[in-house]
Amino acid sequence: MAKIKTEPLTGKIRVPSIEPGATAHYRANPAKPEHNEALGFPGEKIANWEVKAIEKMGEILDTNRAFRVYMDICVRCGACADKCHYFLGTKDPNNMPVARQELIRKVYRRYFTIGGKYFPEQADACDLTEDVLDEWYNYFHQCSQCRRCSVYCPYGIDTAEVSMVARDIMDSIGVGQKYCNEILGKVLNEGNNLGLAKNALANTLEFFEEDVEEETGVAVKYPMDMKGADVLLIPPSADFFSSPHVDGFIGYGKVFHEAGVSWTVSSYASEFANFGMFIGDNETMKKVAMRIREAALELGVKRIVVGECGHAWRVAYSFWNTLIGPFDFLDPKYKTPTHMCEFTLDLINRGAIKIDKSANDDLVVTFHDSCNVARGSGMGNKPGGQFDVPRDVIKAVCNNFVEMDEETIREVTFCCGGGGGLLTDELLDLRVKGASPRAEALHDVMERKGVNTMAMICAICKAQFTKVLPNYGIGMDMVASVHQLVSNAVVLGGKKGV
Amino acid sequence: MTLFSVLFILLCYSLTFLSVGLFIYRIHGYANTPVPLKIPTMPAPRTEGGVVLRMAGEVLLFTSLFRANKWTWIGGYIFHVCLAVVLFRHLRYFLTPVPGLVSLMALAGIVAGIGLVVSAVYLFVRRLAVDRTAYFSTLSDYFALALTGLIGLTGLFMKFVVRTDVTSAKAFVMGLVTFHPVPVPPDPTLVVHLLLVLLLMVYLPMSKLLHVGGIFFSPTRNQIDDSREKRHVNEVEA
Ligand code: SF4
Ligand code: SF4
Repeated sequence: MAKIKTEPLTGKIRVPSIEPGATAHYRANPAKPEHNEALGFPGEKIANWEVKAIEKMGEILDTNRAFRVYMDICVRCGACADKCHYFLGTKDPNNMPVARQELIRKVYRRYFTIGGKYFPEQADACDLTEDVLDEWYNYFHQCSQCRRCSVYCPYGIDTAEVSMVARDIMDSIGVGQKYCNEILGKVLNEGNNLGLAKNALANTLEFFEEDVEEETGVAVKYPMDMKGADVLLIPPSADFFSSPHVDGFIGYGKVFHEAGVSWTVSSYASEFANFGMFIGDNETMKKVAMRIREAALELGVKRIVVGECGHAWRVAYSFWNTLIGPFDFLDPKYKTPTHMCEFTLDLINRGAIKIDKSANDDLVVTFHDSCNVARGSGMGNKPGGQFDVPRDVIKAVCNNFVEMDEETIREVTFCCGGGGGLLTDELLDLRVKGASPRAEALHDVMERKGVNTMAMICAICKAQFTKVLPNYGIGMDMVASVHQLVSNAVVLGGKKGV
Repeated sequence: MTLFSVLFILLCYSLTFLSVGLFIYRIHGYANTPVPLKIPTMPAPRTEGGVVLRMAGEVLLFTSLFRANKWTWIGGYIFHVCLAVVLFRHLRYFLTPVPGLVSLMALAGIVAGIGLVVSAVYLFVRRLAVDRTAYFSTLSDYFALALTGLIGLTGLFMKFVVRTDVTSAKAFVMGLVTFHPVPVPPDPTLVVHLLLVLLLMVYLPMSKLLHVGGIFFSPTRNQIDDSREKRHVNEVEA
């Protein structure tokens, strides 16, 4: 693929002057009829789509308080305007969160407010036309639902919610996006986003076992469908196959091995990711998540531990209990779900696994907070645990850790640019530009502190950065799983475990 | 009583009724709409007390706005504080005897009146001057600022230019409040001032100005971070 033109990194993030229409033509590939139908949506755009879309909007206004309130109370103060990585990277003013919201709000006003009904022009209200629908499709697929704008909004207005609603409305009239809907079809049919069959998974796990034994001389097991295991591990399926994800997965196995905890993955629920959130369809999200509950019941495990995946952790942490809870069949001693970082940190803190930090001495590590972890979830017992737990894990296994600029980490972290169902090739331009704030912050610590590794706990971030950072002249070996660092440092056979 | 007075009094009652009714209706609508999932913007408080503090920070100090943009914050904050002081100071037209604190705030009231107009102008100009805000500002944004600014201006006009008779103004308001209306004082500025206020009152519940009540219903700010400990039930399905 041709390299995408980027401006040279300076280490500083600047707010650009607006360039109207700069990315108006960026368009995610539309779903094919079979992709839509597999999720119960109309295959193609239905005949009376205008009417049906407005009906759907009305339904959502009546069932989703956030959307209803957010449609009304935005004062267009602009606090959010310069906070979106896509605006900073593309200069297109419709990528300002408030302008993105206005695309749907102007239609809301037309059909649901007094002013918009009778004085559409004065009230900035407009009919849902073909052009408006096109704008929706293009710009609501230029939002990674990262919620950074929501942090700064005086009312907490969350453009992610608005994007989800917009996509939900579009799906309901047969205007779906291929990347998300095709993948959702796969996970519902085959149990994972990649469409990996059971025997392929088994082969991979066997390969991991051989690999680790060859390298370390220790027979670490990577079990699948093992009934009666204590822990059901739910990794994002990228952890089985993609690089650098697999190194993290190998790390999970080593941690379980050292802890002496029996664990298993499930071939039925071999996917932690849940794109149901991206398309704003709670029914689909629930169906995808339900496989995990079913697998846990079937295998008779005591607890569920999940791998490194940002949006999936948001779904798990914030939504699972509502969607597929209660988890009264699991051991109440443990939080459900437990994040792999929580699991590992607990072992480290209790001295249950032995760590040799010097194994990572060639690395100068920084940590990229993934947006959905940062602003959509928690970890541990204190607010902000989602920042501290992974950092504490890193600091426990590495001697050299540095932070990026504080305006780019923790709750104001920048999205990698590939979240929210945008990790698809036809949007590569957008993805590269959207990654620019992170690339700048990274460049800054590379220059000043000699950082050579950016660790993270999200499958999408890892895939996105390995693909886009080279466009900024940063090698893909910059990207690492947190559990890859753990994997390097954990001393096998060092302790007897829990 | 003149026909004008009769009509004006009817207008005051009907528009006030409309405004309050609409406001209650809209807020009631928010309160009765389910919240399907837990969506607080994290990190969020883990306790109810924490949520009260978070909300108080947003309402009293505009904490998120402060974090986002100091220039907008300063303008918006002065505007809202001045508005609050001016409203409080206007209690002297509604209460007899006038509470001590309200009387004490004569000077503060004047300063706030001026501050209100100046900050409205500042916010208006800011919208036009920054390319981003100019892009997404709508007519209603300018309208709301202009309306509030004009209300402030007519108020200051009655204070500094053509002084209105405060006693008869108060008598008129008290007449309305006690449902024993008296004729409208013959001051055109006062009449315009009151008309603009009525317009603002009616405009509020059908516009973005509803943020005054809506903010309390924003799930990203009013939810507790306890989803693993306590099952949030989706009222739509329950
Ligand atoms: S910060 Fe909130 S209120 Fe201000 S423009 Fe953005 S969404 Fe609207
Ligand atoms: S949620 Fe993230 S990507 Fe979407 S508008 Fe807000 S800042 Fe931009």
